[in-house]
Amino acid sequence: MTSVKKIRDIKKDQMIVFKNIHKSYPMGKESLHVLKGLDLHIKEGEFVSIMGSSGSGKSTMLNIIGLLDTHDAGEYFLNGQLIEKLDEKKAAMLRNKFLGFVFQSFNLISYKTALENIALPLYYKGIGRKERNKIAFDYLEKVGLGDWANHLPSELSGGQKQRVAIARALVTQPKVVLADEPTGALDSVTSTQVMELLREIHEEGMTIVVITHEEDIASKTERIVRLVDGKIMSDEKVNKKVEM
Amino acid sequence: MFDLDGWQEIFQSIGKNKLRTVLSGLTITFAIMLFTILLGMGNGLKNTFKSFFSRDAENAIFIMPNNTSKAYRGFQSGRLIEFRNHDIDYILENYGENIDYIIRRNQRQVDITYKNKKSNYSLIAVDPEIQFLERSIPFDGRFINKSDLRKKSKVIAIGRLTEQDLFPEGVSAVGKYVNVGGLAYKVVGVFSDPGGDNEERLNYIPITTAQSLYGNTDKVDQINILYSSNLSTSQAVDFGNKLVIDLKDRFDVDPRDQRGIRVMNRAEGIQATKQTSGALDMIVIIISIGTLIAGIVGISNIMIYIVKERTKELGIRKAIGATPGSIVKMIMFEALFITSIAGYLGMLIGMGILSYSAPGLEKYFIKDPSVDLGIVIFATVLLVFAGIIAGYVPAKRASKIKPIVALNDD
Repeated sequence: MTSVKKIRDIKKDQMIVFKNIHKSYPMGKESLHVLKGLDLHIKEGEFVSIMGSSGSGKSTMLNIIGLLDTHDAGEYFLNGQLIEKLDEKKAAMLRNKFLGFVFQSFNLISYKTALENIALPLYYKGIGRKERNKIAFDYLEKVGLGDWANHLPSELSGGQKQRVAIARALVTQPKVVLADEPTGALDSVTSTQVMELLREIHEEGMTIVVITHEEDIASKTERIVRLVDGKIMSDEKVNKKVEM
Repeated sequence: MFDLDGWQEIFQSIGKNKLRTVLSGLTITFAIMLFTILLGMGNGLKNTFKSFFSRDAENAIFIMPNNTSKAYRGFQSGRLIEFRNHDIDYILENYGENIDYIIRRNQRQVDITYKNKKSNYSLIAVDPEIQFLERSIPFDGRFINKSDLRKKSKVIAIGRLTEQDLFPEGVSAVGKYVNVGGLAYKVVGVFSDPGGDNEERLNYIPITTAQSLYGNTDKVDQINILYSSNLSTSQAVDFGNKLVIDLKDRFDVDPRDQRGIRVMNRAEGIQATKQTSGALDMIVIIISIGTLIAGIVGISNIMIYIVKERTKELGIRKAIGATPGSIVKMIMFEALFITSIAGYLGMLIGMGILSYSAPGLEKYFIKDPSVDLGIVIFATVLLVFAGIIAGYVPAKRASKIKPIVALNDD
């Protein structure tokens, strides 16, 4: 099969397609086989959680989806586009265009204010300063932090930082938001608020993939994919609204 | 090459990370400052050495007869050696091709009086060519000349300060008669002398006048020679040595006698100066290069540290869409900006310190310490370049790290 034909195989509404994805990490002379042939389809607009204990390969999977890492074998289509032989520059552009990241440790730049952190992806997109500050402020208000625009990350609570990070993930209007343990560093009340925020964003049509090891976080999404030892053990729909 | 936004991004990074900025900047500022100061001091030392020999003509040999200090060829020690006019002819006959000018010079202390003002001065009876040796410049009237010499005229050229001492302000001495040790001399000119105050209180009369007026002799106290400018320094040294051996033989002076006939050869001084300033040059060059190397090592270390410290930030930037190129560019431009400003600052401080401390340094034989601006700019550019290279390597590496690795860096 040619790759052109493969692309034709993929339906238009498939956002993320994994076909027999393998990934190993060299560990000295040995190599650690982390992903052992994953097949996964995520449609546009889905709210998916990927669950698994530590070492199950869920973070590796998210990194591959997020183009932060490369896979060894198999095929990965993002928004219908085959991902192969990506150099860093292309990967950076695709990330900027299609993907928004939310990390467990927030990963805000410490010397930039909330507003500047949110505006940064727009800078790399080549949008002018005034314009990007305006857009960034809109998103800051969207996550309810309009009054905190000029505060540094060190002046924000954990929940606020994560909301800034979510705003930053959204500001480029990506196709997919990838959240790696977004509530891992937060208390349960704040966690619930963050998940609520993600749900709202999802309801506006955004595809969201959340990595977590907590059942109650996963249960707030609409589909749970369970990974065990580098393989998908189960894939079930939950909370699916009746009218859909 | 870089838009306003890019610079704003850099300025923010510089401004918000003050310790980092100050650290890298200080290294450069300090290195350039030290470089400038050391180079300036070295140049100052050299200037001092040069100035020791620049007051009079450089190609001069002074020959002074005195009492012998050793018995030789049947003569007792302590015999007084005296030159006469025919000794001048002898030297010219035998060494003429090596000599531009030969000057007889008799010196005595006299009182010079003009109207009611009187003071004690050196009166020097010479051949007019002394002007070329002393570098005296008549600024009013003329110097004594050949015609004065021939006519044995009673004329005198006085120093600028002699005129100032004896004549009222605004009155020219030229054409006036002064009383020199009881005899009236006509002032033909007033001269200035780069040798300073002492040499501007000298006063010259023709040697022939002196020889006929004072004792009617043909004695010569001192012979001054301006050797030919065609001679190299070492040739001039050889010429001086040969001449003194010959003269000692002619006057039956022991060749080892240091007193009977004394010779001062400027060429020897020049040779010593050249060697000393060559050695100084070497020392200055070595110290300067050492300073620069220290600066290069310093800025390199700091750049590597900075990039290491920023690994996580760079990972974040990459995760949200920064290309590797933009990462490298950002670090390079930051380094370029900081090091240029810091280098410029170091240059200004160094030069400021040099010019501020210059007057106080003269007693340490450092005169007019200054640096060639081109060399300092070159040194600054070198350090800036080193900083950029030192930043480029780790920046390039950081830009290639997978963002996920950079993000996990804590």
